[in-house]
Amino acid sequence: MNIEWYIVLSALLFGIGAVGILVRRSPMVILLCLELMLNAGNLALVAFSRAVGNGQGQVFALVVMVVAACEVVVGLGLIVAIFRRKLPLNVDDLRELRG
Amino acid sequence: MEAVIFFLAALGAIIGAVGVVALQNPFYSVLALVVHLFSLAALFLLLTSAFVAAAQVVVYAGAVMVLYVFVVAYVGGGGEPIHDPIKGQRFLGILVASILFIELSAAILSSALLALGTHGPDVAAGFGDPAAIGRLLLEKFLVPFEASSLLLLIAAVGAIVLAARKREGSEAA
Repeated sequence: MNIEWYIVLSALLFGIGAVGILVRRSPMVILLCLELMLNAGNLALVAFSRAVGNGQGQVFALVVMVVAACEVVVGLGLIVAIFRRKLPLNVDDLRELRG
Repeated sequence: MEAVIFFLAALGAIIGAVGVVALQNPFYSVLALVVHLFSLAALFLLLTSAFVAAAQVVVYAGAVMVLYVFVVAYVGGGGEPIHDPIKGQRFLGILVASILFIELSAAILSSALLALGTHGPDVAAGFGDPAAIGRLLLEKFLVPFEASSLLLLIAAVGAIVLAARKREGSEAA
């Protein structure tokens, strides 16, 4: 398959993730949609790595995976902390930090 | 044959992604994301990056998704209001994301990248296998590798601080 198929697929997956972040209100699902967008970026990185014929893009993708794991850990910790305080798990109600 | 596998995996990835966004119960969203991640691992294999595919399955579909399932089971799903707080938010979100998709595709396809329209160059048999990636990580990318390990440590400590139960006598967190 030609490289541009992978790139366009990755753009499509990125768009789907963006829809989720714009539309959903549960912080857990928003984190899942962030994962979708990060994975779309990973697919593009690996496709470009194949296009250049050089393994460095794959190292980049692995680092993105590490960052995604950290983001998930901290985000889920926040969700658990919000839940413990009996606050609503809805990003529209959690707006005290809004300027 | 390669095209068949590509389209099957791409279909799985798209269905998984749409499932994450569209399913109301967060538990089902997590399961849809697992489908998405396995399809992406197949795509990585097609792109001859075996190690990234294995890491995808082990790290994402294994560890991260188990963490998600635990938190969803702890917090409990549902309770998301159906109505939109902003009028037409759903329609606007889909519109903006469609524009984003068209924009990204146009930007890539109209760029002068030499590799567009090709399979990419022929690569040696060891391309993307664990030995090659390990050599890159420990020689050329040693500093980013160590920095990402430090980042993981910080994230683990941060999660403990955020989610730990308050102990008696400790200041209110």
